[in-house]
Amino acid sequence: MDLMPPPWRFWAGLVLPLAAFAAVPALDIPAFYVSFLYIIFYWISLATSWTILSGYAGYWSFGHAAFFGVGVYTTATLTSKFGVPFLWTMPVAAALAAALGAFIAFVVFRVQRLKGELFALITVSVTFVISTIINNTPIDGGSGVYLMSVPLPQFLGSPDVAIYLLGLGMAALSLLAARAVLRSRLGLGLLAIHDDEDVAEVKGVPTFRYKLVAFALSSAIVGAVGAIYAIYVSYVSVDAIFDVTVIMYPVVMSIFGGSRHWLGPALGATIVTSALYAFATGPGAAIGRGAVALGLILVVLLLPQGVMPFVLRRWHAWFPRRLPAPAVPARPAAAAPERAAAPVLDCRAVRKSFGGIEALKGVTLSVQPGEILGLVGPNGSGKSTLINAITGHFPATAGAILFEGQAIESLPAHRVARLGIARTYQIPRPFDHLSVLDNVILAGRFGPAAENERDAAAEAMYWLGYTGLARHAADLPQQLNLHERKFLELARALAARPRLLLLDEVLSGLNHTEIDGALRLVRDIREQGTSIVFVEHLMRAVVALSDRVAVLNEGALIAIGTPQETMRDAEVISVYLGVAHAS
Amino acid sequence: MPSFTLLTQAIITGLLAGALYGLLALGLSLSWGLLRLVNLGHFAMALLSAYLTWYCGTVLGVPPWVSGPLIVAVFFAYGVGLHWVFMRFGVTEMASMLITFSIAVIVESVIQAIWTADFRRYSTPWSNDSIVIGPFFVPTLNLAACLMAALLAGATGAWLRWTYVGKALRAGAEDAPIAAAFGINHRGLSYLLSGLCAAYAAVAGIFIALIATLAPSQIWAWIGVVFAVVIIGRVGNPVGALLGGVLIGLCEAVTMAIVNPAWAPLVSFSVLIGLLLAKPKWI
Repeated sequence: MDLMPPPWRFWAGLVLPLAAFAAVPALDIPAFYVSFLYIIFYWISLATSWTILSGYAGYWSFGHAAFFGVGVYTTATLTSKFGVPFLWTMPVAAALAAALGAFIAFVVFRVQRLKGELFALITVSVTFVISTIINNTPIDGGSGVYLMSVPLPQFLGSPDVAIYLLGLGMAALSLLAARAVLRSRLGLGLLAIHDDEDVAEVKGVPTFRYKLVAFALSSAIVGAVGAIYAIYVSYVSVDAIFDVTVIMYPVVMSIFGGSRHWLGPALGATIVTSALYAFATGPGAAIGRGAVALGLILVVLLLPQGVMPFVLRRWHAWFPRRLPAPAVPARPAAAAPERAAAPVLDCRAVRKSFGGIEALKGVTLSVQPGEILGLVGPNGSGKSTLINAITGHFPATAGAILFEGQAIESLPAHRVARLGIARTYQIPRPFDHLSVLDNVILAGRFGPAAENERDAAAEAMYWLGYTGLARHAADLPQQLNLHERKFLELARALAARPRLLLLDEVLSGLNHTEIDGALRLVRDIREQGTSIVFVEHLMRAVVALSDRVAVLNEGALIAIGTPQETMRDAEVISVYLGVAHAS
Repeated sequence: MPSFTLLTQAIITGLLAGALYGLLALGLSLSWGLLRLVNLGHFAMALLSAYLTWYCGTVLGVPPWVSGPLIVAVFFAYGVGLHWVFMRFGVTEMASMLITFSIAVIVESVIQAIWTADFRRYSTPWSNDSIVIGPFFVPTLNLAACLMAALLAGATGAWLRWTYVGKALRAGAEDAPIAAAFGINHRGLSYLLSGLCAAYAAVAGIFIALIATLAPSQIWAWIGVVFAVVIIGRVGNPVGALLGGVLIGLCEAVTMAIVNPAWAPLVSFSVLIGLLLAKPKWI
């Protein structure tokens, strides 16, 4: 996303190859080459569609054969039994496959633990379930369906050309879809889900919906590919359609090509298909399958990122990336007037229990507009639990949390983020495979201002400059040291332009100079109209910064007031220094 | 509606078939729950063990009580080796699924290349032995498999629950770095567990050879059923895996008796989807 190529390059890259490939059937070349090209288009579509959820977001699907089969049999049934014109069956096939995909995603992604594994398992078993259903019902009945007599559209006087052009069009459409997704908020969100789904949600990514949409889109493409395949083979049977190769090949091709780039799977599909043709034709299909499986193991072990990163490195050597120029962002959008009088944050008797353990025992506190509230307490006193409850990472067991007068205690985390609450993590949790710049852009695009790409990029550069990270914009977070990673956390929180910022021990692990710099930064942030909850162990910093200090102990609020008052409170002293010192 | 006798016999058959699912699910549940590795190759290895048992018995004339321990030992070594590869390359959970899926495909092609796709049946003098109780038949070999499943599940459950090694394994699965800080050698233990899971696949395979007809494509039919069993029985819980297996076996047998045998493969999937819809926190 930090790469913004001129649009002419994209359109030239699209139109020229498309025109060239479309002209192939008109050339006087052996029919074999045309059908070989068709097979490559076919695998490009399947592999590219797989990547849209599984590559970008890291939820690996083993169910491509199921959606493929749904598409194949939708077309087979509609054309052969109901006489529906073939071209009309394609959207139906795509819609049915998408509905099945959305249903599976809906079931699986409501589960909180082991989602990735569960998703893979459900997708693999749904393949066999669908094939059983089709085999046992009149849809197939075990004898297969013949489609020889189905009338086909005639382009250039030949149905073969029509099938070829449809395959080409489908491949182009898949690539366009994969590219559009990757360039959109959806794609940025999916890449973030891949790295850290919880953080993505807290930064405002509607993770559940995004995964569902991505999988439905992916399934729809597979369904349409299946529809074309049905008339291409003109005889379909359950054994041939619900084959392990349809599950396996798209995965192999995507991983081998590089599944975090829209072009990677197409590259993989072209290489693998050509290699298969060169080495594994003729008898011994079973051995060929085994060889591909072995190749897959080697690719996963030795080349987990695929070949695309190498290609991209060369590409960027020729066409260097240009970083966007920084732009000063607008101040945080002010709260609506009727809400401005209310406290920014109002926690009322918030409780949270994990099984039998009560982590919060009814905490009541509020944050006034423009205030810095210090939140202190011994380890395990419930500070992080309170932050997690406010940001919606988990729902509070009881009590109310109001943000500018609006109840947020039961909202999912991404909605809370959209309202204007941002947080940092004590141990920085950047998205490891996104550049430093993209990490910050994401916060801006999914924050309350929901900026467009260009503004978010320009403002992200501003925030990187503000936190002293501008020269690291193109780096990956792993290349930063701890101090810089902490500041990246801050930059991400700032880019969201929150009206309430929750800082979770930003100072821990920093040295004196770095702490002074961070304190200056926090004051600056407040000057811009953001209210702050400042969780910290370092008392010097808490006293210096906070307007008021709240003290938590064992899940209960034991004191709240100005720093001087709180520090003299007998209970607070006994909690921190032991009972003997309290008197 | 079938007669009382038919239904009762179906329930007995279902119980015994379910125990076999439990036996297959055991190794899978342990490696998923305690190693965080989902082994899609488990079924393929079980089937390979079955083919080896059959081959030793019918072609080489080696009875299963001689070939069995040998197969189990070799499979244990395979499990340790597989885990070494995962450790060596730092394989993630998803990548482990892809690798073990590929292993399943490779094993299927190897079986098909050596023994063809034909059905194979290992007939022994006890193949048709049954204990007769009134009008009902309890096939002896199935009963033996059931007892073996109960024995392994019970022993493994007790081992995990009450021994130091078992507790260490569970602690390591919960939070490996913290467990390591308490002096638990999770790495070493994980080799042991991975070997054990493969050994369980071998045991399941030996009984499958004695009970069922073998065909290479069987691998894929098991995946849906047995993973449903693992999830229903709660991941990482050996006794749960057995109970889940029995539950699914019963449901399938009753479906076959009442509705139509062809619909049995849908049963486990429907139960699983129903469970996940009703209780998404189960897993």
